[in-house]
Amino acid sequence: MTDLSQSPTPVPAGQNSLLTLSDRTKKRNAAEKRFKIYGISAIAVGLLMLVVLVTTIVSRGTGAFQQSFITLKVELLEAKLDKKGNRNLEDIKKVTTFGYAPIVKAAMQQAVQDLGIETDLKSKQMAALLSKNAVAQLRAYVLENPEHIGTTVEFRFLAQSRVDGYLKGRVSRDSIENDKNISPQQLDLADELLAAGVLEKTFNLDFILGSDASDQRPEAAGMGVSMLGSLFMMLVVLALALPIGVAASIYLEEFAAKNWMTDIIEVNIANLAAVPSIVYGILGLAVFINYMHLPMSAPLVGGLVLTLMTLPTIIISTRASLKAVPPSIRDAALGVGASKMQAVFHHVLPLAAPGILTGTIIGLAQALGETAPLLLIGMVGFIASNAPESIADGLLAPNSAMPAQIYEWAKRADPAFYERAWGGIIILLVFLVTMNTVAVILRRRFERRW
Amino acid sequence: MNTMNVMDRTLETKTTKIAARDVNVYYGDTHAIKDVNVKIEANTVTAFIGPSGCGKSTFLRCLNRMNDTIDICRVTGDILLDGEDIYDKRVDPVQLRAKVGMVFQKPNPFPKSIFDNVSYGPRIHGLARNKAELEEIVEKSLRRAAIWEEVKDRLDAPGTGLSGGQQQRLCIARAIATEPEVLLMDEPCSALDPIATAQVEELIDELRASYSVVIVTHSMQQAARVSQKTAFFHLGNLVEFGPTGQIFTNPEDPRTESYITGRIG
Repeated sequence: MTDLSQSPTPVPAGQNSLLTLSDRTKKRNAAEKRFKIYGISAIAVGLLMLVVLVTTIVSRGTGAFQQSFITLKVELLEAKLDKKGNRNLEDIKKVTTFGYAPIVKAAMQQAVQDLGIETDLKSKQMAALLSKNAVAQLRAYVLENPEHIGTTVEFRFLAQSRVDGYLKGRVSRDSIENDKNISPQQLDLADELLAAGVLEKTFNLDFILGSDASDQRPEAAGMGVSMLGSLFMMLVVLALALPIGVAASIYLEEFAAKNWMTDIIEVNIANLAAVPSIVYGILGLAVFINYMHLPMSAPLVGGLVLTLMTLPTIIISTRASLKAVPPSIRDAALGVGASKMQAVFHHVLPLAAPGILTGTIIGLAQALGETAPLLLIGMVGFIASNAPESIADGLLAPNSAMPAQIYEWAKRADPAFYERAWGGIIILLVFLVTMNTVAVILRRRFERRW
Repeated sequence: MNTMNVMDRTLETKTTKIAARDVNVYYGDTHAIKDVNVKIEANTVTAFIGPSGCGKSTFLRCLNRMNDTIDICRVTGDILLDGEDIYDKRVDPVQLRAKVGMVFQKPNPFPKSIFDNVSYGPRIHGLARNKAELEEIVEKSLRRAAIWEEVKDRLDAPGTGLSGGQQQRLCIARAIATEPEVLLMDEPCSALDPIATAQVEELIDELRASYSVVIVTHSMQQAARVSQKTAFFHLGNLVEFGPTGQIFTNPEDPRTESYITGRIG
């Protein structure tokens, strides 16, 4: 009963008990409750989106990690593969993949016969169940083991993408009505082969380790080579952006005088962080490729472009973590007669290191997922069929990158590629989540409390 | 130390360690220190007292050029250490700070081991030729800072894990490990409890034997307890400077009297 006089609307004496809520309190409590509900529903919507996203990606992408294979016994006929019979590698090389086609056909026909499957398909149509990659696989094997010519060897060939899709439920008899690549009779044969165990669906390591394949052979396409492309780009980014970014931040934060020049630099760095990444791409095209004549599609150029893009992120996070080191540590070091540089490198930098590392990893993760700048320097649409042979090759030979590869697959007409795009997204996300987890762990582990 | 009998304290004449002549300090447009002249003697504890914002800490930080780290800070006038102008262009503040050590208001040990905290200064100044010498310096410094007995078994433990009072004594050990000639203390006890304060004060009195100590303090009792000379700052001016006993019992300036009797502050 003390503050009645201060209240703008005097409360009648009877209502002033602490046990009954005043209208004002009720209103405040209701507002607080409403706000909490807004917050919770916002988070719930966010979580729901996340769940939808993850389930979509996983349900559509896991198929890419499995592949249908057909196991065949192939007789490597000497008459076809090495007419002269002297096992001269040069002569064997003269037989192109066309020369291997009849052998594959014969092997397929033999297998169907052996299993006693009744079909009116011709041997060519039977062999069409196999991937176009089968002949290339056979030729590669023969060139590597010429001594096996004349013997019978068991091979595990990729099945054609329609057959693979049929096993995964993507292709059905209805959906292939207008499809020239496969007929219902061929699917019947596939059913028989599946029952006989010749055709099977297993885990496909080649999707993770292999290289991209042409439009005609989606079943053979893999992420491996573009992963290497991404890896080399990240090496370039790490090697350039970390030292440059950290050195620039230390100078700006600890040594540079605070004047209008550094203010302008600071504003510009903040602005650069918000520049659309495609702008960096066109800058890279103009400077690195057109002016400096670095090779097109090379991970080195991609790495340089992504370095430019990542630098502002690293500088901003490094400066923030340097700022977070309490000034008392600098005073302490200077107070015992350390030079400014000793104070920074002996005391401030080690304390800021976890923050710097976190920022760097997040910057790298961002660069890893970046596609737009790569469009302009020719890293999209390029098909590298072989893994690079050396580090120099890895940096300079044309290659793709993971997000560019995903974009490329998503763009192609065949639904089999579509599935691989989702699978590629899973791989990319695994990388990103791993990197971010490492960043969080580093931050938690080395975080200091003052 | 007989705490309040300040008049009885004898004061032998000593050589001048630091002499400040017409020192002015500006922070941008703010005139923080106005024409300060003061002589700080060797083997003496000199206390700077005065209300908050009077410039006593600023002036203290001028004595080892810690103000250099503040961009907008400008110092004019001469500050002579053993007759040499410390603001001369040829003077490297790093060398100066090795001679004029500093202990800060808040204990600020490095987040490293106790040993590394104390050995850092000697190490960067090359005071020890080998590990044994370094260990010797560390032990000597910790003993002089009256903390050896408490930490001798855990020199590898982090310095930040000690209690506040121990941390401050560790910082004092760190400061004296570089063999300074002057020790500046910026309110070294303001973050400490009375027991830790008493320990640090006792330590300050012992340090007087080897160093010239300058201490900034908010507590007039502390100034009276530990110092032989007291300087009273007010609004950037050095109002009065003299033997502690005289300042506290018979101040010449009415402002000093008002402050020590609690009328301004």
